[in-house]
Amino acid sequence: MATTSTLDRRTFLKVSAAAGGGLIIGGYLPGLTDASGTVGLAAGLFEPNIWVKIAADDSVTMTLTMLEMGQGVMTSMPMLVAEELDIDWNKIRIEWAPADPKYGNPNFGGQQLTAGSNSVRGMWKVLRESGATARTMLITAAAETWSVPANSLTTERGEVVHKATGRRLKYGALVDKAAALPVPKSVALKDPKDFKVLGQSLPRLDIPGKVNGEAEFGLDVKRPGMLIARVVKCPVFGGKMASFNAGKAKAVPGVRNVVAISSGVAVVADNYWAASKGAQALEVKWDEGALATLNSADITKKYARLAEQPGKVARNDGDTAAAMKDAAKSFERVYEVPFLAHACMEPMNCTADVGADRCDVWAPTQGQTASHQAAIAASGLPADRVHIFTTYLGGGFGRRGEGDFVTDAVEASKAVGKPVKVVWTREDDMQHDFYRPVTYVRMWAAADASGKPVAFMQRMVQQSLMKRIGGLPPNGVDFISLDGSANLPYDIPNIRVEYTETDPGIPFGFWRSVGASVNGFVVEAFIDEMAATAGEDPFEFRRKRLAKHPRHKAVLELVAEKSGWGKPLPQGRARGIAVMECFGTIVGEVAEVSVTNGAVKVHKVWCAVDTGWVINPDTIKAQMEGGTIYGLTAALKGEITIQNGRVVQRHFNDYQMIRHNEAPEIETHIVASAETPGGIGEPSTAVAAGALVNAIAAVTGKRIYKLPIRAEQLRGTA
Amino acid sequence: MVSLTVNGKRHDVDVASDMPLLWVIRDTIGLTGTKFGCGLSQCGACTVHLDGQPTRSCVTPVSSVGAKKVTTIEGLSPDASHALQVAWIAEQVPQCGYCQSGQLMTAAALLAKTPKPTDADIDAAMSGNICRCGTYQRIRRAIHRAAQA
Repeated sequence: MATTSTLDRRTFLKVSAAAGGGLIIGGYLPGLTDASGTVGLAAGLFEPNIWVKIAADDSVTMTLTMLEMGQGVMTSMPMLVAEELDIDWNKIRIEWAPADPKYGNPNFGGQQLTAGSNSVRGMWKVLRESGATARTMLITAAAETWSVPANSLTTERGEVVHKATGRRLKYGALVDKAAALPVPKSVALKDPKDFKVLGQSLPRLDIPGKVNGEAEFGLDVKRPGMLIARVVKCPVFGGKMASFNAGKAKAVPGVRNVVAISSGVAVVADNYWAASKGAQALEVKWDEGALATLNSADITKKYARLAEQPGKVARNDGDTAAAMKDAAKSFERVYEVPFLAHACMEPMNCTADVGADRCDVWAPTQGQTASHQAAIAASGLPADRVHIFTTYLGGGFGRRGEGDFVTDAVEASKAVGKPVKVVWTREDDMQHDFYRPVTYVRMWAAADASGKPVAFMQRMVQQSLMKRIGGLPPNGVDFISLDGSANLPYDIPNIRVEYTETDPGIPFGFWRSVGASVNGFVVEAFIDEMAATAGEDPFEFRRKRLAKHPRHKAVLELVAEKSGWGKPLPQGRARGIAVMECFGTIVGEVAEVSVTNGAVKVHKVWCAVDTGWVINPDTIKAQMEGGTIYGLTAALKGEITIQNGRVVQRHFNDYQMIRHNEAPEIETHIVASAETPGGIGEPSTAVAAGALVNAIAAVTGKRIYKLPIRAEQLRGTA
Repeated sequence: MVSLTVNGKRHDVDVASDMPLLWVIRDTIGLTGTKFGCGLSQCGACTVHLDGQPTRSCVTPVSSVGAKKVTTIEGLSPDASHALQVAWIAEQVPQCGYCQSGQLMTAAALLAKTPKPTDADIDAAMSGNICRCGTYQRIRRAIHRAAQA
């Protein structure tokens, strides 16, 4: 099989030697299918896929195309297979897929990309079908063996059972016979009420290796003869290297090469310390380019000017203009959110070994496809000569879907003719990110004489991710940016959402929860003001206007109930509530806070989530917890500012994180649901800021219009 | 040449005297469980023990280690049987896992000194260790669990 070397290398759990013939299910081997004419399943897929292997020794090996960055795919993906295949869970083995379109996510047009809370959403059907198909064929093989009707057989944890006679055969004993059978064109999937594996909090398969130092991240990759490089990059976005003097860098013991690459100058050395000292000694002259005078204030000014003009219309219910004109009450608010860095704990890095006719890349990446494309371009080799090996990711959050760190490594290795691991410093990582775009939002509301809302309007100005990755649609609206506003669930008669695209030239990208990271704050804060105008409780105001969205309503009610919404609180504390849909999941949160001399303390967060039928409840809870901390961190601390075309922040001292002493307890409740699964990695990040600012307003009387929340904004309020 | 005792084993390494212990452990000795997160002792991912004291190896020149015994995550227990490692699994603490070696080493030093830590003790000991995945409440639960073990 073409991918053997890749799979062997990347196997995390030791795969038992597959003695004898293995049965390969769930797709087909290239070249085998057409010849045999016996394989052709995976209904709904156009590309062939290989997901499950059952060996004669009963081991079940699953190919994992989704990458593990802490969100639990290494466990949730095989659980999908195991549910339908009915195996002994302890026998499951995982192999990571190489870069190959046949392993692509159908929701991403066949790209291999672990992003957009789309692993379960994109793969659940394919993987369950692969398991169900395998089980059906094993039953058929047993039926033939025993000469009994297939419908007289059942399965139990890796065995086919003939209850009438008590006969049993392990799957491993049936592999040769099953391999010769035609693959059924379609298989029935279980009803969620019959799930045995799905819905269980099975321990994550990746965790044991993460408590003893064994887990291999990109930074841990070792290759024979490998050198370590640091890349010195132009501090100004869009700038280029004009010239460099390698003399002082080369004088550092251990520095081997100093080479120009497209992103700057690579200092290549025997070890990181030598590379680092060499990079500090390197003299470079930069051509700083057109952005060298750009400041954050200029960007805001430009966005504010753009927001004076109408944008492209994303949603237009009723006649907002007329409603505003005739309304008894109306108000406008302006919201601003900054650029944000991802700040993965593992700084960007990549290892490459480029030879004359082969390029191997070891990458902690969210996208095998993006990494493959970057390596093909940088090496100049044909696609089939370029191999991507993946590792665990020390955080992803959208950052590692980019290809820039792969380009660095491939170019450096190609230049020196040896395996090279490029390691970014924390400062490199902070100052050369693809940031959550800065956003300027105008909001308008109108109400009747009693305060009841009659109109809601948003106008957002932002860089467009859709434009960056492929182009805006003809209507000029980036629906990624408007996640959480264009799909506003509240029953308000007149709703208008407008969008204006602009690009100041600062690199921007996908940041955990993406457009919803803005609207979880902006929309839910604004709705709270509309509730206040109506003289209604923020929970009741929302609940009354969610009749057409029963899932939102149920989530809102659950989080209110579990948090004891409305019950008396200790002196000096208050709560805020928010609810939204994000990546197919409905999430609601209540935050309880106090504010002392401007400093916000988050005491506790309650979270309710309806993510459809559940794979692993504990993984969902973990993602709600982690996503909430990520969202609160941004709201309370996160800001990247631009001065003279450079990022001001360099490190964890000026781009701060919530730490142990500031982290609230987060209590998560999962709504029982039979709906199609939604994503879980991102929704709580988006909604957390809304609950937080509404709680702050409740305790201080001060509304927050700009993130991050600074103590100066709140001092003297409570 | 510098002599070091890491996880009970002596290593004679030929490195620059100002090279941080982190890179000697990772690049020279080849133990990669100790992580690089910031290089300025701001995140705690590189935490190891020097004679049992939690130490940021990224800012500790190798020449300053001397005879102090270095313990890394690989040496915390021979078979992941340290009460904290067991508790980390029981509480399903790690997400991406990158910071967890440092979290565990800091927590192990805390428990060695304070076998039954309060929440305030945990805050004081652990707040130098960043977890970007936000596993803080599970870490807290796991430390309490290990303290009960």
